[in-house]
Formats: sequence, structure tokens, C-alpha cells
Amino acid sequence: MRKNFKQWLANKSLLTALVLALAVVVSPFAQAADISPERQKALIHQLIQDCGSCHGLTMKGGLGPALRPQDLEDKDSESLADIILEGVPGTPMPPWDFEISPGEALWLVKIMKEGTFNAQ
Amino acid sequence: MPNRFLDLKKFWLFLIPALLLAATIGGAHAGELRGTGDLGIIIERAASRIQIIETTTQTKLFTVEGMGDLSHASVVYSRDARYAFVFGRDGGLTKVDILTGTIVKRVVQGGNSIGGAISQDGRLVAVSNYEPGGVKVFSSDTLELVADIPAVYDGDMLSKTVGLVDAPGNRFVFSLYDAGETWIADFSNGDTPKITKFKNIGKLPYDGLITPDARYYIAGLFGEDGLSLLDLWHPEKGMRRILDGYGRGEEPLPVYKMPHLEGWAEASGTLFLPAIGRHEVLVLAMNDWKEIGRIPVHGQPVFAMARPDGRQVWVNFAHPKNDVLQVIDVETRQIVKTMTPGRAILHMEFTPRGEQIWVSVRDRDVVEVYDTATMEKIAELPADKPSGIFLTARANKTGL
Repeated sequence: MRKNFKQWLANKSLLTALVLALAVVVSPFAQAADISPERQKALIHQLIQDCGSCHGLTMKGGLGPALRPQDLEDKDSESLADIILEGVPGTPMPPWDFEISPGEALWLVKIMKEGTFNAQ
Repeated sequence: MPNRFLDLKKFWLFLIPALLLAATIGGAHAGELRGTGDLGIIIERAASRIQIIETTTQTKLFTVEGMGDLSHASVVYSRDARYAFVFGRDGGLTKVDILTGTIVKRVVQGGNSIGGAISQDGRLVAVSNYEPGGVKVFSSDTLELVADIPAVYDGDMLSKTVGLVDAPGNRFVFSLYDAGETWIADFSNGDTPKITKFKNIGKLPYDGLITPDARYYIAGLFGEDGLSLLDLWHPEKGMRRILDGYGRGEEPLPVYKMPHLEGWAEASGTLFLPAIGRHEVLVLAMNDWKEIGRIPVHGQPVFAMARPDGRQVWVNFAHPKNDVLQVIDVETRQIVKTMTPGRAILHMEFTPRGEQIWVSVRDRDVVEVYDTATMEKIAELPADKPSGIFLTARANKTGL
């Protein structure tokens, strides 16, 4: 019984840890899910038209680097979102945090990594 | 007798409308001879399409499809102003007959390109490439490759090339963004160019221009507060820095769209340039290249374009302030008009004598035409996400 209880507790902690870990990993995307369809449309428009000015309408690069799924697959989403928000000093990449929220930046990274935005 | 007179009158009553009708039908006939002096091209950036327009009655003549990725597309014209060479972002170089609205030939010459130029004699078309970094030169007749100039620096690195212009003597001048160099490719002795390199011109040259007299090449620098100047009459003297420290050491503002120097504005011995990282238009005296003023404007200027008579300079702006157009009076250096045509005003082009300016308003899917004397809108044409507007008068201008 005691043994079973211990095991149960261990399992429970594991479960809790798992849930917590999942929550941490998933939370930015949970925020992303909060982006209204209108705002998503506006962000995609901005991605193609404004980001596209330097990165290419199809994200194949220009004055700025290429941002296709194959260019981003090894890169950490949080770091990429930070680049969108903060810019890259010493380069033409400006900070966008005056009009893009952290959750929106992560959502942009997600759709760039998936390469799905062109279809929308 | 009175009857015969009546008959004659009837005859004229019939004949005059008949002649008018014939003239109308004739005028509408596609095979009619016409010049190209009032024609031009509007880029429909996201639709792989261009429009061929006419500025006398502000109408569309043709649309030409299948032009590839036209983000940041630009156009130069053959010396007879019949053919347009359209440079697309995807490396596409397309030769279009603007009298028939058809593609004569299209080649994909690079992976990622940024613009082009046509030689003084009209024989060569050069394309500036980001990927693979360098300039490729083609026959304007056949679009066959004549010369490949990889922008090699630091041993085996390839630089993106920017600010490509033509210069007198069948030369092309361009800058190396990653390397901080300017090169002259001289084709005056045939198809094998003589290359002259100027190193250490400054950090991150992002664009270049040639002055309207075709004597000076100026490279704008993103990485430094200043510009780099080359006297093409005396290339042996090298490049020198002008407007050094125009930002006065202040932290530059973020730039949400790179300014374009092709839209240089030369007016009454002064040059109007968009500052980078500042919401100002810089005014330079062309005799000594010293700053003689700066005009505070609505946002980060992208193009500062002088009306052909040099009396006005029209300015558009970078995101997020790109819904505004401002007009500077050159004499007083004051803003005399601020307009709000709509979001994403991407480009402006004056008619050759400056009575009209054509303005693309991307997010409203229109091109607006203004009377520059009254600064009132006189026409509006539908266009799908319009960007660049290029009129045939460019055929006769060095650097365009």
C-alpha cells in the first residue's frame, strides 16, 4: 500500500511536471490562438508586404536573409520572435515591438516555420 | 437650282458625320501608328503582372502577365523607348514590347535581384544581383549573357550588389553592400569589361545614384552617418566622404523601409536626399557637397523626387507613416502640402515635363494622378497592389 502510494505520488509528480512543461511550451501558442482572424489577416499582409520588402514576398531573402521553413528549422522560436520585437542592432532590421506583441511575433515565427502563410 | 443647293447641303450633312465616324473607328484601331513618349509601366507587385499605361488621357492600354516575383521590380527602356526591360526580384529579366503589350523574351538570370541599368549606347542591359552576388550583363537585343561580374571580396566571399547605374562611356557603376566597395565596369572596349574597384567607401552602402549631369556617383551608407562620392570625370582621385556625421552622433531612428536614392532630386544646384534614420530631407549644395539645410518631414523619407522643372520635391515615407505624401517648395524649403492618399504609398513618377505626378497607393489598389500645379487629384486608375511606376522618358536619362 505504502509502496503503491509512493508510486502513485511519483506518477502524480511526473504527471504534474509533464503538464507544467507542456503548459510552458504550449503557452505562447495558446496566446497565438487568441489572435483574432482579422488581426491574423493583417499580420500576414504585413509579413508579405512589409517584411517582404527586405526578405522577399516569398521570404526567399533580399537585403535581409531568407526566412523560408528550411532557413528557420534549426532556429529557436523564442530567439526569432525576439529578433522581430527588438530588431538587430547594426543591421537594417528594425524593432517591431511598437506594433507587434510578443504573442503575435511567436505566431509569425510559427507560420514562417510552417511556410503556410502564402496559401492564406 | 434651289433644289441642287439643298442636295449639296444634304450631302455635307451626311459626309461630315461619316468622316467623323471613320476617324473614330480609325483612332480605335489597334494597328494605328503611335509613339511611346506618353507611355509607361505600372508594376502590380503581387500579381506577376504589369500594366502599360498612357499619360495623355490617363488610361490603361495593356496588361502583361507572367512576369514572376515583382517585389522591388524596376524597369529601364531601350533607347528607342519601345522595349521595356523589367527586373524582378526572382532574377527574372523580361523584355516587353510596350506598343503591342507582349513579352519578347524572358530569362531568369539570377536567384535574387534588385534592379538594373542600360548602357549609354543601348546595347547592354546590366542586372544587379543579391544571389549570387554580382552583376550580369546581357545583350539588350537577344538577352544573351555578355559578361558575368561576381562581386568577390575577402578571398571567396560574394557581396550583394546595390545602386547599379549606367554612366557615360558605356560604364556601369555599382556598390557592394557587404564589402563596402564601389566598382566601375567599363565596356567601352567591347564585351570584356575593365573593372575599377574603390575599397573602404564606408559600411553597408545600401543604394547609389548618379547626378543628373552624369558626373557624380553617390553611395548612401546604412552603417555610417554619411555618403560616399565619386567624380566620374576623375575616378583616379578615388571616393570621398560627404555629409560626414550628418546625424550629429544622435542615435538613428529605426528604418522600416530603406530609402531609395534613385529618386534623387536635383533642383537649382541643390540635391535633396532622404536622410537615413532621421525624419528629414537633407539639402546639399552641388558645388561643394556641403549640407545647406535639412527639412523636417512627416516620417522616414523613402523617395524625394524633384519635379522636372525643379520647383517642387515630392516625398513619401516608410511604414508605419506611409499613408502620407508631402510636397516641399524648393525656393522656401517649406512643406506646402500634406496629403493622405492611403496606406502604403510606394512610388511616384512625374510626367516628362512635370505637369502630372503618378502615385501608387498599394493598400487601396489604385494609382492616383495629381496635377502638380494645383496639387489636386485628377485621375485614379485601378491597379492590383501597385508599386513602381516607370515612364518612357527614362529612356533618355543617364542613371534611369
